[in-house]
Amino acid sequence: MTVSLENLETRQVDPTKPLLEVDRLIMRYQVKTGEVSAVEDVTFTIHQGEAVGLVGESGCGKTSVALSLLRLLPSNARFLSGEIRLNGEDLIPLGAEEMRRRRWKDIAMVFQGAMNSWNPVYRVGEQIRETLNTHYKGVLDYGEQNALMERLFAGVGLPPEMLERYPHEFSGGMRQRAVIAMALACSPELIIADEPTTALDVIVQDQILKELKRIQQEMGMSILYISHDIAVIAEVTDSLGVMYAGKLVEYGPTDEVFARPFHPYAYLLLKSTPSITGPRRQLSPLEGEPPNLEKPPTGCRFHPRCPFATEQCVTQEPPLVEVRPGRRVACWNYEDVPELEEALLK
Amino acid sequence: MTTPVETQVGTKPLIEVKNLEKRFPISRGMFRQATEFVHAVDGISFDIAPGESLGLVGESGCGKSTTGRMLVKLMNPTGGHILFLEDGEQKDVAHVGGSEIKAFRRRIQMIFQDPYESMNPRRTIFDTVSEPLSVQGVGTVVEREERVLELLQLVGLTPPENFLFRFPHELSGGQRQRVAIARALVMNPTFVVADEPTSMLDVSIRISIMELMTTLAREMGVSYLYITHDLAVARYMCDRIAVMYLGKIVEIGPTEEILANPKHPYTRALLSAVPVPDPSYKRTPVEIKGGISKAINPTPECRFIQRCPFAAEVCFENPHPPLEDRQGDNHFAACYRVDEIG
Amino acid sequence: MSVDDQTQVTEPLDKELEDLTHGAAAVTQVPMWRIRWRLFRRSFARNWALFTENKMGLAGLTIIGIFALMAIAHPILMTFVWDPAIYDPVGGYDAVESIVTIVEEVTDPATELSLEDARIQLNPFVEVGEEIVTVLQPAPPSFSGDYSHWLGTDPQGRDVLSQLLFSTRAAFLLGAIAAITTVVIATTVGSVAAYYGGITDSIFMRFADLILLMPLLPVLFVVGPLFGLTMLNLGLIIGVLNGFGGVAIVLKSQALAVKVKPYIDAAKVAGGGNGHVIFRHIVPNVLPLSFLYMMFGVTEAIAIESTLSFFGLLNVRMTWGLMINTAQTQGFLLSGVNYWWLLFPAGLAVSILAFAFFIVGRGMDEVINPRLRARG
Repeated sequence: MTVSLENLETRQVDPTKPLLEVDRLIMRYQVKTGEVSAVEDVTFTIHQGEAVGLVGESGCGKTSVALSLLRLLPSNARFLSGEIRLNGEDLIPLGAEEMRRRRWKDIAMVFQGAMNSWNPVYRVGEQIRETLNTHYKGVLDYGEQNALMERLFAGVGLPPEMLERYPHEFSGGMRQRAVIAMALACSPELIIADEPTTALDVIVQDQILKELKRIQQEMGMSILYISHDIAVIAEVTDSLGVMYAGKLVEYGPTDEVFARPFHPYAYLLLKSTPSITGPRRQLSPLEGEPPNLEKPPTGCRFHPRCPFATEQCVTQEPPLVEVRPGRRVACWNYEDVPELEEALLK
Repeated sequence: MTTPVETQVGTKPLIEVKNLEKRFPISRGMFRQATEFVHAVDGISFDIAPGESLGLVGESGCGKSTTGRMLVKLMNPTGGHILFLEDGEQKDVAHVGGSEIKAFRRRIQMIFQDPYESMNPRRTIFDTVSEPLSVQGVGTVVEREERVLELLQLVGLTPPENFLFRFPHELSGGQRQRVAIARALVMNPTFVVADEPTSMLDVSIRISIMELMTTLAREMGVSYLYITHDLAVARYMCDRIAVMYLGKIVEIGPTEEILANPKHPYTRALLSAVPVPDPSYKRTPVEIKGGISKAINPTPECRFIQRCPFAAEVCFENPHPPLEDRQGDNHFAACYRVDEIG
Repeated sequence: MSVDDQTQVTEPLDKELEDLTHGAAAVTQVPMWRIRWRLFRRSFARNWALFTENKMGLAGLTIIGIFALMAIAHPILMTFVWDPAIYDPVGGYDAVESIVTIVEEVTDPATELSLEDARIQLNPFVEVGEEIVTVLQPAPPSFSGDYSHWLGTDPQGRDVLSQLLFSTRAAFLLGAIAAITTVVIATTVGSVAAYYGGITDSIFMRFADLILLMPLLPVLFVVGPLFGLTMLNLGLIIGVLNGFGGVAIVLKSQALAVKVKPYIDAAKVAGGGNGHVIFRHIVPNVLPLSFLYMMFGVTEAIAIESTLSFFGLLNVRMTWGLMINTAQTQGFLLSGVNYWWLLFPAGLAVSILAFAFFIVGRGMDEVINPRLRARG
């Protein structure tokens, strides 16, 4: 059932060239009682054709990062410093109209719970056409739009007749595929997928992830996966970043991070994730709760829960430094973090 | 139909479910008889020994939640038996009503999925945890306070007096779920149905809740029916697993055995689809067609026929296969072709 | 996965509850009712803070407070300050007498009355030159002299201010009866219908539809003269009709939203019977909305009452509506500014009080419905 997308631009990708660079981004929300430090000094790079993951729990800031990239933040959000460079161009200083032109054409997003955001009183095809009209007004006529939509649906494994159906006639997985089709409508260079499979059953989730992977490879698209599920991130990403309380605490190639996490949070997260494969490991819980971002802890934000914390961690915030080629960690004591395999088998 | 049988010869299981069935009519208007039924739970049987934890695993629509709700009498079955061991006697609680249900509720309790919505936001933690006590007329107010304090301490909410008169919105998700566990255990039940208790919690908190449940189960001698869609979690919480599909149990057996040697094609597809937090792990893909639908007036043959990559003549010509333990290792699968599939 | 769950650390306890938490033993010593009272005070304080953020609700409450003072003021004034013979709102009488001469043509209106007018107003048999005692009725407001009427007198010589103050009490009474009756009935009906569903639900809802179909005022127009409506039974009728009608439908849908929450299942699993679930879980979560409709109910009751008494269909001693009715039957309705004190005080009183309850209701809406609150 899967058809490769012809005529939708298949790019030549150069995996060494950066597509999106987030450079020391700081974004905060203004609330009545102060400021919520949602994204604090986050730096990472997505190369052409690469799948990057942002992992973290609720409130860690990963969705805020995604919304910042597309500037879809609520009115009380403020960019305090940093740059978001798309193909070298900083997006933050751009005006609203210019940003709007880039939205969806250069970067598209599959939102969390997007499969439930279909308007139930319009056919799915009409809703996708609305997107096309917004971006391709005058460029594509009605017939060309139809052809494009059929190709999009074929590209995500949906029969073209479903364009004429209403959202309630789709299953959850099919709705999610339709959302992905809509995201692909303008052939973006980057798709941000925010918890793309969270509400779906395991088998459907598997199918969707395979679909996204195929799209990444065939269309030379970059994908930013945002998820709390490290197993999903492990499956589909080439590199990943671990976020905690608004900070990026570890970054590196996926297999390396999983084989040997350096940051205590990443280490503990892996140690507390059950798996159906391998020996039945001894899991250990993480004590405490994620912090309040209005008054984050002093020094390293993870220190109240960290078994490796020292005096320095309480007072000084560790910077994100490159400790191995391609591996960055924000921790003073990363060398104290033991090897994962031994710890798991104890 | 062969029933998966007692774990120890001579010991009766705590809960023995036989041919449990729940059918929902699809209404055709106010005055017409329903002709179509959704077979949410279509004749399942299993048992749970005292102190054992059985996982009920499946995707949405398979009937696991409905089964759980029937076991706590939130819903009445349309057929079958639920034999509950009390004072050495097995009693069929499938169709009890009225005052008998109240007594029954001292023994069988439930932990719900949503840590926030499962507590009345206008009632204090004390009210919530002591509700079983006050509704059953157990103890004086002071005695109930003491019991609740005892339980809050047990579930790790310390100091317990700090939490007694708080409201749910003042607690975090993990704390609320601890309260839910306290409420389930306050009457010293022998059996608890846990319906996805950790799926709405943060990943780092899940383990502590799971550990709490396991520890308390051991200390208090409680059996669990653990309902989940997450096989990885089931591995950690359950001694045995039952895999459900469209209202039927398709496989049941010891956890590690099922994970290592899945017999039913659906179980294999399920296992191959679960993402693994290890990028170096290469899953063996099992191609499976289509998606889940509801079992509406199902035809008698195997429920999995439409999607099964191994469907053969024998499957089309016979009714839905019974659960069988071909190798005598307490590992049952409902498939005619179990020996031929690799 | 509630990914947007802002995980909270427990807030620091406020001082009130601190003495409860010095050890488990201390907690169990404190009697339950005192704990409940403190909890109630704490949550009330929080809700009050939310309510007063929006000046609208506060303004409404202030207005209601002023009217309450008015209602209280009347019996005090009647006992200590005013002479009942003059100031009683129903039976008092005061009029300024003056002597006028009947003339052919009026040159000085203060002391003269034309023959034509005299023959129409007084007595067809008067003649020019006679001196007649006339009564200035209704009298405009005057603040001085032996007889001070701050809002004048009505066509029957009664002090308007006294009438106004006296009617305030009636308005509150009516509003209270109607609103409370509505809320009690509608909450129960809505909760029971939602909980049991099926036939029970259908019966109540069809009945509610029937009531909605009925136009309230015309029905009251018929019932009024037939059976005689006093404030009490008017209040009850409005309360009952609203209670089984539209408000029941709204509260039922709220009850339905509550019914599907897991904590209802949890209550059942704990062993709670139907009564327990309905009255300890569903009703308390429907009540905030009920109170809201109670406010709007008062508005409606006041408006209906004034309409009915305007048409003279109410068997009451004195209400604002009746004041306007008096003005109308005596022919002063269209006299506009000339006899303003006959119309405006009563009319404004009805409008302002009804409005005040309405905006208090809107203010409460913001507390009850968190989505309406302005973002930080």
